[in-house]
Amino acid sequence: MNIIVCIKQVPDTNEVKIDPVTGTLIREGVPSIINPDDKNALEEALLLKDKYDAHVTVITMGPPQAEKALREALSMGADEAVLITDRAFGGADTLATSRVLAAAIQKLPYDIVFAGRQAIDGDTAQVGPEIAEHLSLSQVTYVEKVEIEGRELTIRRALEDGYEVIKVKTPVLLTAIKELNVPRYMNVKYIYEAFQKEIKIWNSDDIDIEKSLLGLGGSPTKVRKSMTKDVKGKGELINMSPKEAAEYAVAKLKEKHFV
Amino acid sequence: MDMNKLDYNGVWVFAEQRGAKLQKVSLELLGKGRDISDKLGVKLTAVLLGSGITDISKELINYGADEVIVCDNELLKNYTTDGYTKVICELVEKYKPEVFLIGASFIGRDLGPRVAARLSTGLTADCTGLDIDSESKNLMMTRPAFGGNLMATIECAEHRPQMATVRPGVFERLKIDESRTGSIELEKIDLAKEDIRTEVIEIVKTAKDMVDIGEAEIIVSGGRGVGNKENFALLKELAEAMGGVVGASRAAVDNGWMDKVYQVGQTGKTVRPKVYIACGISGAIQHLAGMQDSDYIVAINKDPEAPIMKAADLAIVGDFTKVIPELINKVKEVKN
Repeated sequence: MNIIVCIKQVPDTNEVKIDPVTGTLIREGVPSIINPDDKNALEEALLLKDKYDAHVTVITMGPPQAEKALREALSMGADEAVLITDRAFGGADTLATSRVLAAAIQKLPYDIVFAGRQAIDGDTAQVGPEIAEHLSLSQVTYVEKVEIEGRELTIRRALEDGYEVIKVKTPVLLTAIKELNVPRYMNVKYIYEAFQKEIKIWNSDDIDIEKSLLGLGGSPTKVRKSMTKDVKGKGELINMSPKEAAEYAVAKLKEKHFV
Repeated sequence: MDMNKLDYNGVWVFAEQRGAKLQKVSLELLGKGRDISDKLGVKLTAVLLGSGITDISKELINYGADEVIVCDNELLKNYTTDGYTKVICELVEKYKPEVFLIGASFIGRDLGPRVAARLSTGLTADCTGLDIDSESKNLMMTRPAFGGNLMATIECAEHRPQMATVRPGVFERLKIDESRTGSIELEKIDLAKEDIRTEVIEIVKTAKDMVDIGEAEIIVSGGRGVGNKENFALLKELAEAMGGVVGASRAAVDNGWMDKVYQVGQTGKTVRPKVYIACGISGAIQHLAGMQDSDYIVAINKDPEAPIMKAADLAIVGDFTKVIPELINKVKEVKN
């Protein structure tokens, strides 16, 4: 069984700081991690490796430094890693990103493609299903449990108020959520090996994709403007003893008939 | 681009139903869709897929749709990615809507990207604002970006339809108007069993979403500053004294202090209670996006400069572990 896991390197916080003067992101000093949902996807692939001796390949599209995320995945037990990197990918939205990943996946053998449901720096949950569409694969998103028997998978897919049980055959693309498993730590056994292993590095010439579909130019959506959010700023600020503050607050709530 | 934008006309809303019951988010989207289609001077259409669902079409008209396109087919009884994507994409190619809005439910977030990829168009996820640019007539889609610290306005200028998903609770539905009239189009799309590669074996409802903080009138919410799981008991006591429920920020949920069903914010629930009391919440944009429309916001924080203090109607500088017990006493006193 061949499994491909799509991962993304993201800043290790969902509360990145904004430079109050320039209004841009402060990326310095923010460590990078493997996106949490992607780690659940990787863990599930590794469980299938433990159980069925599946071959696990991790792939990521990103800047050269995303190699670090791939090394970490190898240290957890992945067999192979591919970094898809090219300046031409810059500014890609989810559609342009998914096309690159799908083109890369097409070069590899696979029965299951795993991805995280969504990345903490974008929260779109789009790249997984879009890859599945480009590859004409069936998909199951929000996966919280997987059982495999031969080519048939029985999957529990989370819903807001419960779950549904879905049967599907490989090849298939699955997107993982936190509830699926608890990702393992890097393994000493693999860490040394991981740093010896060669990571394949592919650029836009190594995959079969039209150049016009890459990066910002190949992205149907574009950011027209971004702004820090206006806050109301019409409230009152009180700085008094807890007892006085509570009395003041309850008086206000009462005046407005909220209590 | 080989598509002629001018061929595309009208605003569509995906009318999501489960068990022949319309999802609230779809009605909310009709509210916003009405506004957008009025600005464009075009028709607002609800697209309804399912089995034995033709009867609920009128409800969509009562909530603002001019037209309902219905595809009633046994194979569409339960949502499947393959079945719904095929039907919707064929309908889009036939009718060519310029705007297509989908609720960001666990189903809409499965369907939206699949449809967008098939149609080679853009999709903007989890929008908190939708408007029409007065010059270009393009849809301006605003959403929190970078973990919710910035708001970005996104445009899909050259591709159609312009697609967006919106989370439940972000927009308000219109008042139901049973006198509204509209047309109902029954569409037959060829769909075979073999088109659908997944099989839904069962759909199980659990109690996990019993507490719907989206419906609560009073929410006492805690964030990173609450410090630990035990301190949430204090918040709960205040919530109970006031007849409300407890909510949590993303940080509190990520730390495992509260279950995700209680999460307020862009990635949790969008709430608009009468009273929102934020304790130990700094006020990241992604959190503010989920609660700023509350009628009255009280923030308790040690840091007077925290963003939540600026969003609050009443900002109390102080230690919530000291202020809340006093609030509980005072509320009980007033109630008696």
